[in-house]
Amino acid sequence: MVATPKPQVDIGDYRYGFRDEEDYVFKSKKGLNREVIEEISRMKGEPDWMLEFRLKSYEHFLKRPMPNWGSPAIHEIDFDDIYYYIRPAEKQGKTWDEVPAYIKDTFEKLGIPEAERKFLAGVGAQYESEVIYHSLREDLEKQGVIFLDMDAAVREHPDIVQQYFGTVIPYADNKFAALNSAVWSGGSFIYVPEGVRVEVPLQAYFRINAENMGQFERTLIICAPGSYVHYVEGCTAPTYSTNSLHSAVVEIIVQEGARARYTTIQNWSKNVFNLVTKRAAAYKDATMEWVDGNLGSKVTMKYPAVWLMEPGARGEVLSVAFSGDGQHQDAGAKMVHAAPHTSSQITSKSISKGTGRSSYRGLVKVHPGAEHVRSNVICDALLLDETSKTDTYPYMEIEEESVSIGHEATVSKVAEEQIFYLQSRGLSETEAMSMIVNGFIEPIAKELPLEYAVELNRLIQLEMEGSVG
Amino acid sequence: MFEITNLHASIEDTEILKGVDLTIHKGEIHALMGPNGSGKSTLANVIAGHPAYEVTEGTILFNGEDILEMEPDERAQLGIFLAFQYPTVIPGVSMANFLRMAVTNVRNARAEREAGDGEAKKMTPREFRKLMREKMQVLHMDESFATRYLNEGFSGGEKKRAEILQMALLEPTMAILDETDSGLDIDALRVVSEGVNALANDEMGVLLITHYQRLLNHIKPHFVHIMMDGRVVQSGGPELAHELEAKGYEKLRAEVAATA
Ligand SMILES: Nc1ncnc2c1ncn2[C@@H]1O[C@H](COP(=O)(O)OP(=O)(O)O)[C@@H](O)[C@H]1O
Ligand SMILES: [Mg+2]
Repeated sequence: MVATPKPQVDIGDYRYGFRDEEDYVFKSKKGLNREVIEEISRMKGEPDWMLEFRLKSYEHFLKRPMPNWGSPAIHEIDFDDIYYYIRPAEKQGKTWDEVPAYIKDTFEKLGIPEAERKFLAGVGAQYESEVIYHSLREDLEKQGVIFLDMDAAVREHPDIVQQYFGTVIPYADNKFAALNSAVWSGGSFIYVPEGVRVEVPLQAYFRINAENMGQFERTLIICAPGSYVHYVEGCTAPTYSTNSLHSAVVEIIVQEGARARYTTIQNWSKNVFNLVTKRAAAYKDATMEWVDGNLGSKVTMKYPAVWLMEPGARGEVLSVAFSGDGQHQDAGAKMVHAAPHTSSQITSKSISKGTGRSSYRGLVKVHPGAEHVRSNVICDALLLDETSKTDTYPYMEIEEESVSIGHEATVSKVAEEQIFYLQSRGLSETEAMSMIVNGFIEPIAKELPLEYAVELNRLIQLEMEGSVG
Repeated sequence: MFEITNLHASIEDTEILKGVDLTIHKGEIHALMGPNGSGKSTLANVIAGHPAYEVTEGTILFNGEDILEMEPDERAQLGIFLAFQYPTVIPGVSMANFLRMAVTNVRNARAEREAGDGEAKKMTPREFRKLMREKMQVLHMDESFATRYLNEGFSGGEKKRAEILQMALLEPTMAILDETDSGLDIDALRVVSEGVNALANDEMGVLLITHYQRLLNHIKPHFVHIMMDGRVVQSGGPELAHELEAKGYEKLRAEVAATA
C-alpha cells in the first residue's frame, strides 16, 4: 500500500525532515502484544532462546512503571499508538544498487555513500526496523573483524551472541531496556579479534521514515584483548506532528588492554523521544570512550555508562547537548568503579536556547574495596538567552576511602562583551553567537575525526540561525 | 571624513560623554589624551557601537553617513576598527578561524561596495592564510598564535599585538587604538608602533588614545586633544602633548576651570 503524502509540519532549519512515501514489505499493526513479538521473531527465523528472551522482557516491560524522573514529557508516550516493526525491503544490499531506489536516494541525501567512499571502513544503514545495507572493507574482513547487523549475527554467530547478548544490560535494567529487549530489530554487531586495530571508523546510520514509528535497534560490540575500534552512529527522521520513539540498547565489552570509542551524533527531528541505554564493561587496562553529541529529538534521556571491572580500566564520556525550543536534553554519564586502580573522566557541555532545557544527570559510584580510584567530572552549561534552562543532578555513591574524586560545574551566559567584540570585527550577531558556541564545545569537537567535527559545527550553526533577533 | 558633533552618551543613566566634538580627516593621526575616567574608552566604545551605551544627543558622520544607527558589524564593514584597551577572551575560538571569518566579511563587504553593480572579487581561504602569515611576520608573532584561542592566556603584550594583527588584516580606514601602549615593554612598544606606522596611510584616519607621551615618541600625531570629564577641552599640535607632560593633568584642569 502506498500512503498519500501528508503536508509536513514546519520543519524550520532542520534539513533532514523530508519523508519518503511508504512502500514496505511488511508493517505490523499498531500497538504491542505477544502476537506482535512472536511475529517479529518468526519473520526473522530466530532460535527459540531469543523468542523466550523477548517474551520474558515483554513481561517485565508490562510490570515496570515509567521512570518518575528525567523529562515529564515521556508520560505522553502512547505505547498503543506505535508501529513496532516495519520491514522495508526483502533483503539486505551488499551494494547500494541492491537497495530499493527511494531508500538509496534518502541515504544519498544524508551523505552516507559519499562518506563511505571517503573515510569509513564499513557502513550499516538501517531504515525503519531493518538494516538495508551493509559493508565492510575487505582487508578488515580478512583480519577476522566481524561487522554485521544484529539479526545476521544471531544467525551466523549464535555462540558469541548468546554468550554476551543481554549480559551488560540485562532486560530488567529499566523499562526501556525491557521494551527494546522485547521488540529489538536491527542494530550492529561488531567483533574485533585479539590485537586487531581498526584505524578507520565503522559507521551505522539510523533513519526513521514512517509516522508513529518505533525504532529499537540493538548493538553489541566485543573488543578482544589488545584490539581497537571506533564506531560512529548518526540518525535523523522526518518531522511529523505526532511523536516517534527511538529506544536502543548498546552493549560493549572491552577486554584486556583493548580500547573502544563510540561516537554518536544524534540529530533526530523534534518529534522523537530518544530513550536509549548504553553501557560498556571495561576489563584490565582497557579503555572505553563515549563521545555523545545530542542535537535533535524532543526528549533525550541517555547516560552512557562504563563499568570498570578490573584494575587499570579507564572510562571517559564526552557529552555535548544542544536544546533548542521545546527540546529537553536530559543527558549525562555513569561511571561505576567496581575494581581498584580504575579511573574515569566525564566532560559534559550543554547549550540551551529559547524554551530549551538541558539537564546533566550523572553518577559516579565506587564499590567498597575499590581503592585508589580516580574520577573527575566537569559539567559546563551555556545559556543563550533569558528563557532557556539548565540543571544538574550529579550523584556520587562513594563507598571507599582512598579515592580521588573531582567535580566542577559552571553555568554561564553568553557575555554581551564577547558578542560585541566579534561584531566589532565584522561578524553578524548570529555568526558571533555561533562562533562562541562552537568555541564552548571545542574541547569535545577536537576529539572528533575532522569530518564529524565539521558536521557538529555545521549542525550547531543551523540551530543558531534565526536564534537572535 | 570622520566627524563627531556634540556627542552625549550615557551608561546606566549616568552621562559620561557630555558634548564631544572631534573631526579627523584622511591621512591624519590624532592623539586623544586625558586623565583616567575622563571618558576616552567610552568614546571609543560608542564609535564602535557598544550596545551598553546610549547616545542621547549628537552625531557621528563617517564619509557623510550617520553611523549611530548601525550595528557594530556594519560599522566594521564600513572600515571602522577599534583596538581594545581590554580585549575580551573567547574560549575555544582559534585566532585563525575567527580572523578568517572577520577578514572575509569585511573584505567582501568592501569588494561589493567597490564593485557597485559589478561582480565582487571574494577572498579565498588560501589567500587568507598567506595574508595572515605575512602580517604575523611583520608583527614578530610566532606562527603558533594562529591556533591559540582568542586572547585566552595571552600576556598583556600579546593581547595588544593581536589587536594590531587584526587591524593589519582588516585594513580599516578609521582606526581607534585605545591605550595600545599600556602594558608593553619597550621592545614590544617599538614593534607595535612600527606596525601602526606601516599601516597608517593617506587613506586612513587614526585616533590614538593614550595616557602617556611615551607612545607619541614612536607614532607622531598631527593633532593632540585633551579630554576631561566627558569633553574635549583643548586641541593643538604635537607640542600640546609635551606641554601636558611637563605640567601634568592637575595644573591643566585648573587652567581649564579658570577659563571656563
Ligand atoms: N559600565 C559602567 N557603568 C557605570 N560607569 C561606568 C561604566 N564604565 C565606565 N564608567 C565610568 O565612565 C567614566 C569614563 O570611563 P572610561 O571611558 O573608561 O574612561 P577612560 O578611558 O578615559 O579612563 C568613568 O568615571 C567610569 O567610572
Ligand atoms: Mg580607558
